Amino acid sequence: MRDSFVRVFGLALVLIALVAAPAFAQDPEPSDDEVNRIAKQLYCPVCPNTPLDVCSTQACAQWRATIREQLELGWNEDQIRQYFVEQYGDRVLATPPARGINWLIYVLPPVVIIVGGLLLLRTIRSWIGTNNGRLVQEELLPEKDVYVNQLEDELRRRESG
Amino acid sequence: MEKLSGIQENREFVEARETSRNWGTMLVWALVLGLLAILGLGLARAQEGPIGIGRNVPEFTLTTFDGEQLNINKSRGKVVLVNFWASWCKPCQQEAAELEEAYQNFKDRDVIFLGVDYVDTEKEALAYLEKFQITYANGPDLGTKISQAFRIRGVPETFIIDRNGIIVDIKIGPYTSLAEIENALQTALEQ
Amino acid sequence: MQSGLDFQPGPYIRRQDEYCQWLKGGFLNTFVVPNIGLFSLFLAFLVAIYAAVAAVFGVRQQNPKWIESGRAAMLLTFPLLSIACVALIFLLVTGRYEFKYVASVTSDTMPTYLRITSLWGGQAGSLLFWSWLMAAFTGAVGLRKWDRDREFLPWVILVTMGTLAFFLLLVVFIENPFARLWQSLDGSQIAAPFRPRGAVPLFPSDGIGLNPLLRHLGMIIHPPMLYLGFVSYVIPYAFAIAALATGRTDARWIKLTRRWSLVAWLFLSLGLILGGRWAYDVLGWGGYWGWDPVEIAALMPWLAGTAFLHSVMIQEKRGILKHWNMLLIILTYALVIFGTFLTRSGVLSSVHAFAQSAMGPLFLGFIGVTFISSVALLIHRWSDLKGENHLDSVISRESLFLLNNLLFMGILVICFWGVLFPLISELFTGQKVTVGPIFYKRATAPLWGGILLLMGIAPLSVYGRTSWQRLGSALWKPALAALIFEFILVVQGVRSIAALIGYGLAAFVAFVTLYEFWRGTKARRKRHKESFPTALWRMARRNRRRYGGYVIHLGIVLMAFGIIGIEMFQTETQATLAQGEQLTLGRYTMVFDSLSEWDTNEGRNVARAVVQIYREDKFLGELYPRRDFYYASQQSMTIPGVRSTLEDDFYVLLVGWEPIAAQGTTFKVYHNPLVNFIWMGGFVFILGTLVAAWPERESLPSRKRVSTRGALMRA
Repeated sequence: MRDSFVRVFGLALVLIALVAAPAFAQDPEPSDDEVNRIAKQLYCPVCPNTPLDVCSTQACAQWRATIREQLELGWNEDQIRQYFVEQYGDRVLATPPARGINWLIYVLPPVVIIVGGLLLLRTIRSWIGTNNGRLVQEELLPEKDVYVNQLEDELRRRESG
Repeated sequence: MEKLSGIQENREFVEARETSRNWGTMLVWALVLGLLAILGLGLARAQEGPIGIGRNVPEFTLTTFDGEQLNINKSRGKVVLVNFWASWCKPCQQEAAELEEAYQNFKDRDVIFLGVDYVDTEKEALAYLEKFQITYANGPDLGTKISQAFRIRGVPETFIIDRNGIIVDIKIGPYTSLAEIENALQTALEQ
Repeated sequence: MQSGLDFQPGPYIRRQDEYCQWLKGGFLNTFVVPNIGLFSLFLAFLVAIYAAVAAVFGVRQQNPKWIESGRAAMLLTFPLLSIACVALIFLLVTGRYEFKYVASVTSDTMPTYLRITSLWGGQAGSLLFWSWLMAAFTGAVGLRKWDRDREFLPWVILVTMGTLAFFLLLVVFIENPFARLWQSLDGSQIAAPFRPRGAVPLFPSDGIGLNPLLRHLGMIIHPPMLYLGFVSYVIPYAFAIAALATGRTDARWIKLTRRWSLVAWLFLSLGLILGGRWAYDVLGWGGYWGWDPVEIAALMPWLAGTAFLHSVMIQEKRGILKHWNMLLIILTYALVIFGTFLTRSGVLSSVHAFAQSAMGPLFLGFIGVTFISSVALLIHRWSDLKGENHLDSVISRESLFLLNNLLFMGILVICFWGVLFPLISELFTGQKVTVGPIFYKRATAPLWGGILLLMGIAPLSVYGRTSWQRLGSALWKPALAALIFEFILVVQGVRSIAALIGYGLAAFVAFVTLYEFWRGTKARRKRHKESFPTALWRMARRNRRRYGGYVIHLGIVLMAFGIIGIEMFQTETQATLAQGEQLTLGRYTMVFDSLSEWDTNEGRNVARAVVQIYREDKFLGELYPRRDFYYASQQSMTIPGVRSTLEDDFYVLLVGWEPIAAQGTTFKVYHNPLVNFIWMGGFVFILGTLVAAWPERESLPSRKRVSTRGALMRA
């Protein structure tokens, strides 16, 4: 059912593009750079993790040719991307579209980092004042580096003097 | 009295800590075991290979290049050969002519051939069908859904499904002869 | 990382009578050497198991004799595996193609040095190599003086030998490099160390040869470096587990393994940098890091290891964060194993030939045992690990270091989730998805920026408490210098906000670090009346860890400059040119001069173009981009022509998948600004790590001084 919709929609796009082509087509022969600009954002299932613009398989070469044809027809970037998604699935996109379970990939890391940050803050807060006044400067000194002390002395002298 | 309540408070504090620790422990175990489970399932999937012989054929609809909708469920009672191919696939060309020949020989005997075009571009695909004069139904694997359902590893791969919708034969790589295809179909028909 | 080649013998099979004839001449080579190798491999496996069992038994029985015996067994694994490695190298060098491994990674046309390095060019060999390295490291640990740390010994033996036994299990039973090729009765080809019933041995006359992509200096050194890094993390992990098991959870285990974790980190960093260089030189997409799952698998332990390196300093100085450090070292080691699992089990890409092997499930079992037992031990000892934590203010060195750890963990979470997510998506929805570089770049960029900022602030903070005022007075000069630098950049025409932030932060760190060096040297000069270089040298020597760390920070700054340069300002163009035609990219012009194509005698077809490079009409020189096609493996490789200066790289690729001819050849050209800062930074980075990790010859005087000072304090 969805496939048929996709198919019809794709056909409709092609038709619209065909009709609209003369109006949009400014450059009859798109340059390699224009093709690559779009190809860079796509991933062919035949060579996973390699962007389309640098993939050497025959399948990828055909994809690039398709992009070129579509550019000739005056399609814009979104239309072309949309076409590839309909033909080959979400996996052609460099990042999963943010819907369904895919939300997780965008939501989980920030949530973990924020929770981590809050835990960290709470931990540090809990350390402060657990030992009121016990921690005096002198106590810290032996543990510090000799040079830090010297440096600090230096600085203090310079600042006061 | 004051002292006592202080101890009481302390105990509550310790208990609160204990519970939060228990929750923490459980969370850690859940994470570790969850990760292991995901890895295990992922590994099982990776090792599974194509969908096996004796399994029900996954449900799919093939939209042919002519725009026709073919649902696999409607072909019950017939033997179906599903061939995954692509125009960029060199080994596919070795079997293309034989597949068409087998189709010609078997098409009147309750056998359906479906060609599923994997990760391909329409122009080259149509040229390929033209070149090998293929007449059976062919269509693109829209959204790579059919290939994912069959879990193919590459092209060509061919699945033969019997009258009851059970996969009875799998060929990884190209068929080497017409006889090989015909024998497989014959066996499926006789089952 | 792996070349998962399947060997197809083709028409080269010798007949059996011929084989008998041939045997008489080569009995030593075909039978004695490989069987010695196979035997010592198997023996090493048994010895490793024995060592682990004896150690545990010794603890149970309270009998040091058993533990000592376990230690002797542990020491024995290294020579045994050395014999196996030498035997395999012998087979590789002499071209014994009847062995599957030899046939899959070497061929007649390969030079000897490549045949030797093919030891780690394929799955089976690299597993053996990995085991050998691990045996070497554990051997070194076994030889140290254990007097003060007797109670750790059996646990260290158990962990290291358990791990080694697992890897040897894989080498012996799953991926045996000494497996021969046989033809079974039904005509199928099998590989087995011993003759299966009724099988006929196969003798291919040539092998497939190493994947051409791996025939690069970077790729020859890169895997051993990564393996060294991975393997050396087993030592701190083993000591951490020993500390947990014995309940001796003070900082002793950290002190004992400090150098090990630094060395592990050094090799891991080196491996990552070399991998980047290799990608830049060979893979032909103008970049150095593609956020491929295999790369991320190696980055993840580095991230955890870096966090560990910082947070152990806090434990050593202040006795806090005991939980966290345990957790981090366990995490680091778990990620080492996890990364190896991801890249070798085929769980990520089901297209690989070895996906079907039994290695995956075994590896999963090993991961399960490691994770579960480590976590269980950690939870068991959780309450013993309590430290006395107290601070006077929120901003202190401790909290800044913890913030640094949070950021590293954040990047780790992003990487981990990005690698795992396609797997989860496929499992739950049946649909594959791609998580490309753009995801990682966008998600981690702010965190890297935060790390840079901390690199600038943290070195100036003090343990316990730091007031804003204090921090401000230490920071304002470098911050001002960084602002002036920003201003210069804006005047120079840099408009990208992200780049300005990045460069500003990097410059800030650089100024802070240099200022620290300068302040320290000045203070020393004043006190000891030394010349500037002497003072700098002695100061750095007196506190190697600190100043080595600063040098590492400077290396990171240089790398950051390069990374921001190429990430933000890389430009590229592609065009098909006929001879004499030209293309322009920015200020550069490239003219296609000529093209030649020839076959080499080692089975390779080379197409080499000559192009001339001009910048604003000034001739800069010629470049020779190349496309090598290997007949045997049917693989091609594009080697860029690069004009490299400090300012930028002009990187020309001969596009291998388009026709290459004089009348029309496609070139892909990249302009990579500042990319050489990455490699320079890499050098500085490694140098800094060496400074920090170099063994101290004399630690006595400094200890004495501390103690007299301590006495003074008391008095």
